[in-house]
Amino acid sequence: MAHRHSFLFIVVLLAAVLFAGLASAATEAAPAMQGHVDPHAAAAPAAPEAPRSSAPWWIWPLALFIVTFILGILAVLGGVGGGVLFVPIVGGFFPFNIDFVRGAGLLVALAGALAAGPGLLKRNLASIRLALPVALIASSAAIVGAMIGLALKPNVVNTLLGATILFIVIIMATAKKSDFPHVEQPDRLSQALGIMGIYREESIGKDVEWNVHKTPMGLALFVVIGIMAGMFGLGAGWANVPVLNLLMGAPLKISVATSKFLLSITDTSAAWVYLNQGAVLPMIVVPSLVGIMLGSMIGVKILAKAKPKAIKWMVIGLLLFAGLRSLLKGLEIWK
Amino acid sequence: MSEKTKASEEQIAYANVLNIGMWFGLALLIITFFIYLSGVLPSYVPIDDLPKYWTMRVHDFNVALNAPTGWGWASLVGKGDYLNFVGIAILSGLTILCYLVILPILARKKDRAYVVIAIAEVLVLSLAASGLLKVGGH
Repeated sequence: MAHRHSFLFIVVLLAAVLFAGLASAATEAAPAMQGHVDPHAAAAPAAPEAPRSSAPWWIWPLALFIVTFILGILAVLGGVGGGVLFVPIVGGFFPFNIDFVRGAGLLVALAGALAAGPGLLKRNLASIRLALPVALIASSAAIVGAMIGLALKPNVVNTLLGATILFIVIIMATAKKSDFPHVEQPDRLSQALGIMGIYREESIGKDVEWNVHKTPMGLALFVVIGIMAGMFGLGAGWANVPVLNLLMGAPLKISVATSKFLLSITDTSAAWVYLNQGAVLPMIVVPSLVGIMLGSMIGVKILAKAKPKAIKWMVIGLLLFAGLRSLLKGLEIWK
Repeated sequence: MSEKTKASEEQIAYANVLNIGMWFGLALLIITFFIYLSGVLPSYVPIDDLPKYWTMRVHDFNVALNAPTGWGWASLVGKGDYLNFVGIAILSGLTILCYLVILPILARKKDRAYVVIAIAEVLVLSLAASGLLKVGGH
């Protein structure tokens, strides 16, 4: 039954993506922009010479809502953040420029993290003591990443994005997770900062004490994670969790929850850069945000009955497809 | 939940502000989006024309439309499209507010390292939000 549901989701998603692709194909290439409107002209904008779409405008937000609704379901069932699915799929199959897609991707990931944050903090699963030092590093790096990303040419962004998504596929397919990693000796930095905690693990009915090690190396890796999050608008749960869990030794639940909360800080800094550069279009952001949040709510309900392993592989397949699309689009092999 | 597994005071304070701010920002974003779609307020970029512009790079978009950057949108909230930026800015600015709320708690607990970290984070996020950071043209 669960397999049938999952299969149905994938079929509907592919149909929606195909629909977006066909509508995109209806876009007629008009002569390239010859010049710019006088930047000091009156506020009323003049239409430039640019690619024109024969599809009515409302098709796109509607398609976006349907696709992101399904992505929201898949993201929960596949255990990934919405942003990592959103950017390559919407960037690959919708007519929006990748600048606006990344801005929307960051806000989608940010909204999801903001929504999950209060519950995770109150249940003491997300740790503010673990998150705050990491967030400072990651959010500073995300600003740099966002600035680099907005300065790069779209085909370079798409190529790097495709390569990153394929790398994420490898991580998802191969990385092991450890429910309760063994931390022999907490390092000096984590001790000085008091990065430790205790939480109730309901699955075994016990209180679990935890602490971390290899903090300096973990913080160094968050520089890279922050840059990638800002550059591609991906969110970064896919990288946060392995570093917190496998490298630093935080329990899996603490890692997943703290990662989600962490996104609310990391993505905030990058989102401001995109917002201030004008790379945020409400017509893309709002349908995506509402679609993915509604989908996530449905996903949580389905999660109880679904078989996560099968869905995880479907999400990996979807990411593989979207990553290849971005890579080939960037290399101008599949335009 | 036993006493020792309870979340800390600053964690609960952060969560409470985040919870209220998130729902407020989200509700506002959805309401303003419907106002935008309804056409009650004029749009800076007519909705029908949007498909001509959203294929452009953001730099070209800004130049072609004389669109504001930084906090320039704040003077255009009377336009349906830029009205949506109020909710987006609230969601994006919420984290700064949460940090400001936990700062006095951390200071009272004499948690100096985390006071410094929290102040540094507020400065980083404020810098990002300020619009002072410029991305080079293309």
